Amino acid sequence: MEGQRLTMMGNQAITQGALEAGVRVAAGYPGTPSSEIIQNLAGAADEHGLYVEWSINEKVSLEVAAAASLAGLRSLCAMKQNGVNVASDFLLHLAGSGVRAGMVLVHCDDPGALSSVNEGESRHFARMLELPLLEPSDFQEAKDMTKWAFELSEEIGNLVMLRSVTRLSHASGGVVPGPIPAPGGQARFDHHGSPRDLRHGPVSSAPVGYKHRLQQEKLKRAVELFEDSPFNSYVGPESPELLVITSSICNLYVKEALALLDARDRVGVLKLGTTWPLPPKLLQRHLQRCEQVLVVEEVIPFLEENVKIAAAEMAGEIGAKKFFGKREGTLPAQGELNPDLVLKALAGILDLPYQARPAQYDRLAQELAPQATQDRELAFCPGCPHRASFWSLKEALALDDRDGFICGDIGCYSLAMRPSGYGLLKTLHAMGSGAGMASGFGQLGRFGMDQPVMAVSGDSTFYHAVIPALINAVHQKSPMSLVVLDNSGTAMTGFQPHPGTEANALGQPVPPVDIEAICRSLGAEVTVCDPFDLKATQAAAVGLLADQSTAKVLILRQLCALSPQRKGTKPYEVRVDPEKCLGDQCGCNRLCTRVFGCPGLAWEKESGKARIDEVICAGCGVCASVCPQGAIIISEGA
Amino acid sequence: MAAAKLMHDPYNLIITGVGGQGNVLASRMLGNVLTSQGLWVTIGETFGASQRGGSVMSHLRVSEQGSWSPQIPAGKAHMVLALEPLEALRVLVKYGNPRAKAIVNSRPILPVAAIAGRTSYPATEELEGMLAQLTAQRWSIPATDRAMKLGASIFANIIMIGALAATGDLPVSREAFEAELRRALGHAKVAVNLEAYDLGVAMVGQ
Ligand code: SF4
Ligand code: SF4
Repeated sequence: MEGQRLTMMGNQAITQGALEAGVRVAAGYPGTPSSEIIQNLAGAADEHGLYVEWSINEKVSLEVAAAASLAGLRSLCAMKQNGVNVASDFLLHLAGSGVRAGMVLVHCDDPGALSSVNEGESRHFARMLELPLLEPSDFQEAKDMTKWAFELSEEIGNLVMLRSVTRLSHASGGVVPGPIPAPGGQARFDHHGSPRDLRHGPVSSAPVGYKHRLQQEKLKRAVELFEDSPFNSYVGPESPELLVITSSICNLYVKEALALLDARDRVGVLKLGTTWPLPPKLLQRHLQRCEQVLVVEEVIPFLEENVKIAAAEMAGEIGAKKFFGKREGTLPAQGELNPDLVLKALAGILDLPYQARPAQYDRLAQELAPQATQDRELAFCPGCPHRASFWSLKEALALDDRDGFICGDIGCYSLAMRPSGYGLLKTLHAMGSGAGMASGFGQLGRFGMDQPVMAVSGDSTFYHAVIPALINAVHQKSPMSLVVLDNSGTAMTGFQPHPGTEANALGQPVPPVDIEAICRSLGAEVTVCDPFDLKATQAAAVGLLADQSTAKVLILRQLCALSPQRKGTKPYEVRVDPEKCLGDQCGCNRLCTRVFGCPGLAWEKESGKARIDEVICAGCGVCASVCPQGAIIISEGA
Repeated sequence: MAAAKLMHDPYNLIITGVGGQGNVLASRMLGNVLTSQGLWVTIGETFGASQRGGSVMSHLRVSEQGSWSPQIPAGKAHMVLALEPLEALRVLVKYGNPRAKAIVNSRPILPVAAIAGRTSYPATEELEGMLAQLTAQRWSIPATDRAMKLGASIFANIIMIGALAATGDLPVSREAFEAELRRALGHAKVAVNLEAYDLGVAMVGQ
């Protein structure tokens, strides 16, 4: 495929760049939109002689990748924005100690929180930790820049951060792949030199004074290279009316907006690929072009602030500028950008009229909008074990009747904040936070709090961050109950293996670490149930709530409906018996469709009765136990 | 390879549907077919949480010149390929214009709020009427129903690609599509997919 232009997903382009750079070890923890990078590298591992793993969490993945670099092998680590927070403790140390063979941290932000519960930025880690930052602006650049990031890392002897965003990672575009070097490489960790010897001594961020000074010198060297980097480019007239400074995918939004406004001869665009630290000479050359500057970036004004600091430092040479961006509100500082938002900002500054489509059509569209925009609220998949689990937890909390509540964290089950999970989650924060917060709520009985508290966690999340919280709850005698929704895989991000699975990222057999055994060894009481058995699950949940003496664990084990083992199979043929379904006459008030709410069920307007939609139903059979009339009939072996 | 001529550059196509219908697959296959004709294709997608019943859109920009924004600007869609009728309306309201065309799979998927009775799904004729007002040309085809007859609802995607090819708006040929099928699926499933493609072609008519 070498030399021929292909349409590649951004994450695939990053993978290709890493392969072309001769990466040998890659590690990460799944998180949208970053997951495909490690997944693709795992797929290429055999052919190109790599070691690739899904680590237990982001911090450990960074440590695994760093070890390879110190042993002389190029390595890559990939994670989503939240992951950088998890890894940041080690990151701080690593930035100080430096690396040996090229090492790149790819961190994917999610402006607009398209598949996250926050849109936190990870770019500021580069500034905070004094590491160089690269931001590719299209697909070809995602590949080329990843490859170069390894060279840069080796040149300066420190980690390089490469930031992508959802609209690049999960978008696709033209990339010409290059050659991939042959497999090989010898690992050896050299540690016999003095602690001051970066290539041969023991590795740490101490002696701090010495290492910190070196770290800053490395950063200066990076800036020198940035001054001439082909990843920074200018397009536009010699002396434009307005200079746009932009980075990342926003560059394509600017291109689009200028084309639609037909303003390419009035506006110059400085696209920066090396966004921290900014190369001052380059910046000065372009800031001299005109008096007005618009900075276009996502999400918070990171580039804007850094440009302004640089402009202040060179004010003597370039004079005062008028800045537009997020700080004075020309562009929003929340949510993602798009061509329309950039267009609006540009049209305002340049005082240009713009109409996307004829006014009459636009009016018509506005009139029809209320119909069209009816929300498609996210819901658990048909046949999802979580729907059944939360159904039982809901029943148990209602029976208990002490205003108990559930603390949650990150996974498909986060949806239980919404109607699909009966709005049961009352707190939702980071990985493992449900258990940690429940451990805290559990201690508040001494202040008169009499509401029982539960936490939910997924299986992958359990390993990632719940274990310390559970140990804390057991040890501090916090009367909380942890419900582990074990669907045997990292469902939300696409079934990556985790420490509980029997194969690793490379498909090789590995010893699964058993959640139940871990919990028991901690001294927690453990019950295991199949959530599709509503009766047994409800009884177990009621039991948990009744005994508030100690920390307890309920494991609800059932495969995710989309898991490779279950997908496309229907264990039961399901139908509604119209004779038995009393429809609107039944006292249940449409319990199956209105309350239980599996998308596989529909309410037939004409007959006023329930019906199974055979295209959508996954045949789990749970709704049969929900119907009080026994009108939903299941028969085995479809 | 010489690039095929386009009627608009970039040509803006939106594939829309509901999470789980497989439109990511459709956009990838179509993207590869067009790339094999020497064109630049930029695809914007959102997925991750898309398996769980939300609206899912893929934006395809087809160009002879290079990459474009993975998000199509408002009011600029040339063609909407909708796997679900309400989603066609949602997209047209934002991205439509008097010259926009649409191919719409006629089988509704009710939003969970509509299943639960909190909202109501528009009646078929009403929906058709609204779509007609927002398009210059429109085909309503029973893609899912025919797909079920082929054995699985997922074939609706392929039927839609066949229908798109038949409009002649984009240079999608049966040969290029067959080559992509072989590349993506291996030989085993080529025949049934081609059957789906031909069904789609027939539904739009030459
Ligand atoms: S992907 Fe699996 S766990 Fe997630 S909502 Fe769907 S069935 Fe449930
Ligand atoms: S059997 Fe019932 S609960 Fe299970 S997927 Fe089908 S409709 Fe939904």
